[in-house]
Amino acid sequence: MQLLFYLGKRIGQLIPILVGITVVSFVLIRLVPGDPALQLLGNHYTPQAAALVNHNLGLDQSIPAQYWLFLRHSVVGNLGMSYYYHDAVAHEIAVRFPATIFLIAFAGVLTVLIAVPLGTISALRQGGLVDQGARVFFLVGYALPGFLIGVLLILLFGVKIPIFPIEGYGSGFAGHIGHLFLPAVTLAIPFSTVLVRSLRATVIEVLGTDYVTTAKLKGLSWFTVLRRDVLPNSLLPLIVVFGVNLAFLVGGTVIIENVFSIPGLGSLLVSSVSTRDFPVVQALTLFFGVFVLAVNLVTDVLHVSLDPRLTLKAV
Amino acid sequence: MVVASPMVTGRSRVIARTQVLVPTFMRGRIALISGTVLLVIIAIGCIGAPLFTKYSPTTIDPLNPLLPPFAPGHLLGTDEFGRDLLSRILYGGRYDLAIAFGATSVTMVFGMLVGLFAGHFGRPFGTIAMRFVDLVFAFPFIVLVIAIIAMLGPSLLNLFIALWVASWVSYARISHGRTVSANGYGYVVAARALGFSRLRIIFRHTLPSVLPACLIFAMVDAVGNVLLGASLGFLGIGIRQPTPEWGSIIAEGQNYILSEWWLSILPGIALVLLGVALSLIGDGLADALRPRDSR
Repeated sequence: MQLLFYLGKRIGQLIPILVGITVVSFVLIRLVPGDPALQLLGNHYTPQAAALVNHNLGLDQSIPAQYWLFLRHSVVGNLGMSYYYHDAVAHEIAVRFPATIFLIAFAGVLTVLIAVPLGTISALRQGGLVDQGARVFFLVGYALPGFLIGVLLILLFGVKIPIFPIEGYGSGFAGHIGHLFLPAVTLAIPFSTVLVRSLRATVIEVLGTDYVTTAKLKGLSWFTVLRRDVLPNSLLPLIVVFGVNLAFLVGGTVIIENVFSIPGLGSLLVSSVSTRDFPVVQALTLFFGVFVLAVNLVTDVLHVSLDPRLTLKAV
Repeated sequence: MVVASPMVTGRSRVIARTQVLVPTFMRGRIALISGTVLLVIIAIGCIGAPLFTKYSPTTIDPLNPLLPPFAPGHLLGTDEFGRDLLSRILYGGRYDLAIAFGATSVTMVFGMLVGLFAGHFGRPFGTIAMRFVDLVFAFPFIVLVIAIIAMLGPSLLNLFIALWVASWVSYARISHGRTVSANGYGYVVAARALGFSRLRIIFRHTLPSVLPACLIFAMVDAVGNVLLGASLGFLGIGIRQPTPEWGSIIAEGQNYILSEWWLSILPGIALVLLGVALSLIGDGLADALRPRDSR
């Protein structure tokens, strides 16, 4: 019940941002220089046809009226028609979304698998070999563009030692895992640099707390202290860090999908830039904005419900 | 107990990436010096490109395609059109350096000013400005940049415009946070009590505590901008062919990755070196600019 109340409150806080996202996506398409009817009609341009197109798109109405129309259509999932595919944009997004969400989730899991041991060990053995090694890895890893990691992985594990498929999405769960392994690793490397840094700092902080000292003085084994006291308290904040940096992961997906030819939303976005398919770009901007907002909400709620110290009354 | 409100989570996101971890044996002054030396070498190589290579980066030589490195006359070999790879990398670096400094400096100054004024004037101006910052943060950065370029059309200028529009907000947040805490410091309160003008307080008293954080973040941000510029060049929606930009050179080389791998790897190394140089400078600056008592 309290959780429900908190959820309602958070959603209420998000509404202004949600409205803002729709305004930005709405304004975006007005940045296109020239006449949208001309873009749409191309060689078939006649003043009469243009007037009809403008009327159908609602472009002959006032700007606030156009925005209201856009908002009403977006809410019911009508995101316009693609110029290039001659299909509803919403349908195009629905078809391609599974590949993107699968890739994001997979990369997220791999990131945790890399970041948690690395961040914990480098905090426990500050200045030790793992700590220094991780620092060298991340100094270079941060400067390595994702697409270059992708190209290197394709060269190494797709071509020289061909153990992974290097493009496409595959079929079935096992097929997806196989096809998306290299792209997910490519995404996980830069993303884990962000998580290791914050996890390392949290673990160092937790190691200095009284309850860890107490647990040690009780004579509990080092591993028990780590498992029962240090890790639970260090991993909880990581959920929030994960959530707020999700936009970073989503942004990486846009680029990496193109490197590995994955039929997801990122490759749709980039191909729509070259085909000048403005409604698709607009819809994807809106979709990504709302998606990131929604996941942030989920991670916040997850954090609050998992951490017994956070009383929902105080929220 | 504090729970993640949009403001708090947003700030932690900026904090999470204000610095890159640097190995301890090369931290502080060593990082600053080695980073600066590396950056100066890259800058001299790229800006003074005509001094180091006699070839034009775009002149095609159909008789000498795909020469390996150390081929006579071509230190790093040639690409599929016989263009000298060394001169393509050196001339191409000019665009990456321009993105690193041109895009980052403008957003840093603008974002910092917005944060300073928003932190000083509070409601309603400050609140409205910071809500707008939250809004820009709601979009994945790359998606927003690509969307703006898509609408304006792909070109170098539009790439700059997109980066300017999308990335000043980080600085606004950092600078706003610092300004709000500086408002409580004794010397700012004293300056207010003495009746100093707003502008004098902002620029003489608040700016010195805001600038270091923004400068340190600018180095990490510059790395991000260079990588994004190169990624868009790689995807063919940033700087267009035949302009040599590191990302686009890597993309061209990808077709020959099996046999002539150096076509992609060498410009990639250049990109990584520039990123490492900027990260090292950021770490060195953070160490040098931190107040003495908190080291």
